[in-house]
Amino acid sequence: MNTPKDCKYTREHEWAKAEADRVRIGITDYAQQELGDIVFVELPTVGKQVRKGEAFATVESVKAVSEVYAPLDGTVVEANESLADLPETLNKAPHADGWMIVIEPSDTAQLEELMESSEYDSFIEELAK
Amino acid sequence: MAVESTPDLATQREANTSPLSLALRHTPLYQEHRKLGAKFVEFGGWEMPVLYSGVIDEHLCVRSAVGLFDVSHMGEIFVRGPRALDFLERMTTNTVSALVPGKAQYSLLLNEQGGVVDDIIIYLLAPEEYLICVNAANTDKDYEWLKAHQESEVELENASARFGQIAIQGPKARELFSRLLPNAAQPFTEAAFPAFTFRKEHFASGARSEELLIACTGYTGEDGFEVFCPAEFTPILWQALLTAGAELGVKPCGLGARDTLRLEACYPLHGHELTDDLPAISSNVGWVVKFKKATSFIGKDALLARKEQGLQHVLVGFEVVDRGIVREHARVLSENREVGWTSSGTKTPTLDKALGLAFVEPQYAAPGTELAAEVRGRLLKIRVASLPFYRRN
Repeated sequence: MNTPKDCKYTREHEWAKAEADRVRIGITDYAQQELGDIVFVELPTVGKQVRKGEAFATVESVKAVSEVYAPLDGTVVEANESLADLPETLNKAPHADGWMIVIEPSDTAQLEELMESSEYDSFIEELAK
Repeated sequence: MAVESTPDLATQREANTSPLSLALRHTPLYQEHRKLGAKFVEFGGWEMPVLYSGVIDEHLCVRSAVGLFDVSHMGEIFVRGPRALDFLERMTTNTVSALVPGKAQYSLLLNEQGGVVDDIIIYLLAPEEYLICVNAANTDKDYEWLKAHQESEVELENASARFGQIAIQGPKARELFSRLLPNAAQPFTEAAFPAFTFRKEHFASGARSEELLIACTGYTGEDGFEVFCPAEFTPILWQALLTAGAELGVKPCGLGARDTLRLEACYPLHGHELTDDLPAISSNVGWVVKFKKATSFIGKDALLARKEQGLQHVLVGFEVVDRGIVREHARVLSENREVGWTSSGTKTPTLDKALGLAFVEPQYAAPGTELAAEVRGRLLKIRVASLPFYRRN
């Protein structure tokens, strides 16, 4: 399982990565494995407000529809449009080309409320039991 | 992230966050699936493998090579006795008297209103001895239904627990059987073993030799077989099939691929396209409803009356024109008026399109008709398509 140390994690399997004054967001390696073949991704448009714990995107595998929750509050400044044509990128590189959105956070302190990579690793180890 | 809507086969996310109920039933192959690293799903009271390597990979393997499915959860009911034929003619819609030993037939059990209790396959094993294969979730219901109508000189046995069942599907299924049973009296060619026939073969492994009932039937739109064997022997057969098919590229396949495969082939799934409440002739299965057969069957009068009045909805296939996927239970609209609902839908791997099946008012059933389906509050354009979506060469 790939859990980069420079990201923070939620219990709902999203990652958030601070980049200067912005935050890049996606789903974790564990999430993509659990979902299986991802065939459709619906992202918010630039300018949209996202709120911590609320759904901002929909990811569909062949058999299931899943919502993706925002790890923190903010405004969408970039959305990964390439996922519309290549949704399988989410399976292949969830932490790289499979990023979903970049936000301008309203309150960077919210990042500190998320899990470190080591905590997230233990968390998913527990789930597997 | 969380699963927002969970179609019947799609609860694998939840399976990982909360332990599955202990009350779920397991097939004789459960441990084999665990060893193979399957993901599991609850299906009709059973804990079944939904996928191993991935739905798309397994789906394409069945279209191009051969896949194995554990279908041991399906039910087996024996009907025996001097009046077995008359009983089945009355209980089912197809012409049972057309069967000869060694032949199988797709058919329906209807209720008095013409709704579908279940869709089934009937095998004539010997004069006065029939085997009915029924859907897993309906096994008890079907058995009770048959029991409630049982006549003298008809014996019924729910033998589901005694049997395991494996489906071997794909263009290389015949080759796999030639390798598994090189000494079979008859070859596994299409000429010698056509669709909807079956035969018995002995298969020996180590000290054990068991009788297999091999039927040329399936639910994927590919050539292939479904094999019945004694429950405790099923793991031995499963392993032997994986070994015999290794060079052919055989893969274990889960319910996820089974559903996308049957959807491309437009086979109905009970609970979706066939239900206790919808008249059978709405669902594109009219070809097995024989109004002219000599014996009247349960549900016939209701269906004839329906035909007379005209159907409220009919089953159609659709392709999603806009970007997006339409699944079951979406409202279907024409110019903002609700004209039907979707019964199945996904993005299908072979055709790489978002496709589905829907019930619509008959005036909207012509291929090419443009309609809308409501998904998460938005309207997506869909177009009625001709059936089936996929037909093998």
